[in-house]
Amino acid sequence: MGAFILRRLAVSVPLLLATSLLVFGLVTVAGDPLTDLRSQDDVAPEVIEARRHALNLDEPVVVRYWTWLSGVVRGDFGVSLGGREVRSLLWERLQVTLRMVLAATLLALLAGVALGVVGAVRQNSVFDRVSRVLMYLLLAMPAFWVAGLLKSYLAIRLNRLLGHQVVFTVGEADPNLTGPLFERLANYGGHLLLPTIALVLGPIAVWSRYLRASMLQVLSADYLRAARAKGLPESAVVLRHALRNALVPLTTLVALHFGHLLAGAVIVERVFSWQGMGQLLVSGVTTGDANVVMAWLLVTSASVIVCNLLADLAYSWLDPRVHI
Amino acid sequence: MTDVLEARPGSPAPQVDADSEVIARARRPGALRRFRRRPVALAALAVLALLVVAAALGGRVWRYHYADITPDLSVSPSWSHPMGTDGVGHDMLARVLRGTQRSLLVGIVVAVVSTAFGAAVGAIAGYCRGLVDAVLMRFTDMVLTVPGIAILAVLAGWGGAKGNWLAISLVVAALSWMGIARVVRGVVLVLREQQFVEAARAVGAGPGRIVASHILPHAAGPIIVKATFSVGAAILAESGLSYLGLGISPPDTSLGLLIAIGEPAASTRPWLFYVPGLMIALIVLSVNLVGDALRDAFDPTDEGAIHARAARSRRLSERAQRTSAKSA
Repeated sequence: MGAFILRRLAVSVPLLLATSLLVFGLVTVAGDPLTDLRSQDDVAPEVIEARRHALNLDEPVVVRYWTWLSGVVRGDFGVSLGGREVRSLLWERLQVTLRMVLAATLLALLAGVALGVVGAVRQNSVFDRVSRVLMYLLLAMPAFWVAGLLKSYLAIRLNRLLGHQVVFTVGEADPNLTGPLFERLANYGGHLLLPTIALVLGPIAVWSRYLRASMLQVLSADYLRAARAKGLPESAVVLRHALRNALVPLTTLVALHFGHLLAGAVIVERVFSWQGMGQLLVSGVTTGDANVVMAWLLVTSASVIVCNLLADLAYSWLDPRVHI
Repeated sequence: MTDVLEARPGSPAPQVDADSEVIARARRPGALRRFRRRPVALAALAVLALLVVAAALGGRVWRYHYADITPDLSVSPSWSHPMGTDGVGHDMLARVLRGTQRSLLVGIVVAVVSTAFGAAVGAIAGYCRGLVDAVLMRFTDMVLTVPGIAILAVLAGWGGAKGNWLAISLVVAALSWMGIARVVRGVVLVLREQQFVEAARAVGAGPGRIVASHILPHAAGPIIVKATFSVGAAILAESGLSYLGLGISPPDTSLGLLIAIGEPAASTRPWLFYVPGLMIALIVLSVNLVGDALRDAFDPTDEGAIHARAARSRRLSERAQRTSAKSA
């Protein structure tokens, strides 16, 4: 297994390199970090030239890429245009985004699996029909629109109903949050609730549809008849024999979609004004800050690779016939 | 998202060993007849047709232009402004019509460009095999794993491309051709060994002609289905980009941009926020319903069709039981 993990990670290194080269080229071609400076009338050309030199912009792209790459290998992600060290900036933002994305993944998995299983076991029941129509609608609505609806209706109503503000619509936590642990956790939770819901609706729709179809296929298999024939209770038949096998194809999909969740976080963070990785990416792109964009890309790609690896491990755990 | 909608455990991404099935499916006759039997799909198609007409002609017929500034500021929906106006005095109906037009244009251009490009890559890879195939497919895999939004954002922010709907569409298309490339490659890999291809080669047809007029028509079904789903996915992608301020930008407008502008006013002037979002949902829902029906029409063994058939036979047997109970 150790060898398998090492092999997989080794294979993904060239992929990461190629991707980073591609994006580095695009960022440097597409964005000019000096636009702001140039657009001001009273800035002397010498100043612009000095800034250009300070940012190494007078060197060819390949050299700049090499400088960046050798820095990354040493754990140095460079400095942002604002003068901050990208590594510490990234670390700060990553915690914020990961909190949302991990909560969303967990919630989406639980809800998606539950909806999929019930939908398949009670096929064509009222529940199944309603949830299928609902999932269809969810897939057609832009996530940021649903998020806006949640924010301006659900949150305000709920807070009014409960008498004080429990659900928050802005930011990831109150600034300068202090107090007992429980209060702090409640504050984090209240801030986390809406963004997580906004982020999970899409994945829940997709995963539950997928699991339902895969459950239906497994439920008609012969070995389920065998399981029932030997007198297992229905819950064991469904959960241990059917679900376990139906989960196998879903793991691949979930790993693939972890990247989508990180991408979705870019938009959800904007809706709820979270200072996370996504906002970092958007500001990096709009200012042409190559180091920042590259850092986002590196972290996202690496987490997608790790997720695919985890999916393969889960695969062999769910299906003992798969040896890795 | 296209892959997501089509993803089914029963039919994994077609690979070489699953290809004979793909081909058998693609050429099954009666797809049109099966499509016509689905009332929901027909309704969705009618809605789409209506939206296309409204988007194409609405801007000319309606009394306000999307950039017109009327003296009515922030009025709620009324006879003179059926969707109200925004804080500047823009008529929302005119703006939503314009946004719908932009969304549909983006969706169609993305579908056409990404399908054509994906089919070309897949056909070349499948026909040439060997090194060309390996290089093209590794490249496809790479684009698949790259977090698309980074590239989208970077490219969409490109100086000259900024705010231009065609440039945005091309950027979105550049990130949505991979699924079609894989399907087409699979089909071509299998079919190039068939006797009718050999016959075509024997009478002197070149590789381009063989692929275009002898092989690709067999993959028409899956290609059409994928292209349909990519319309909806592209519309959602564009609205997301516009929302982030990286897509279509003022003075032009799009549904995503309208939502972004209307969002702060969602609870005070809800019409600014509701209408564009509902419009996107309506377009994408219709497109997806049509795509679903097309997939079932091209592949009648699929789940949906089986359900329909099972439900029909159940109704028939119930009716038979009722009549027999009555006569007894």
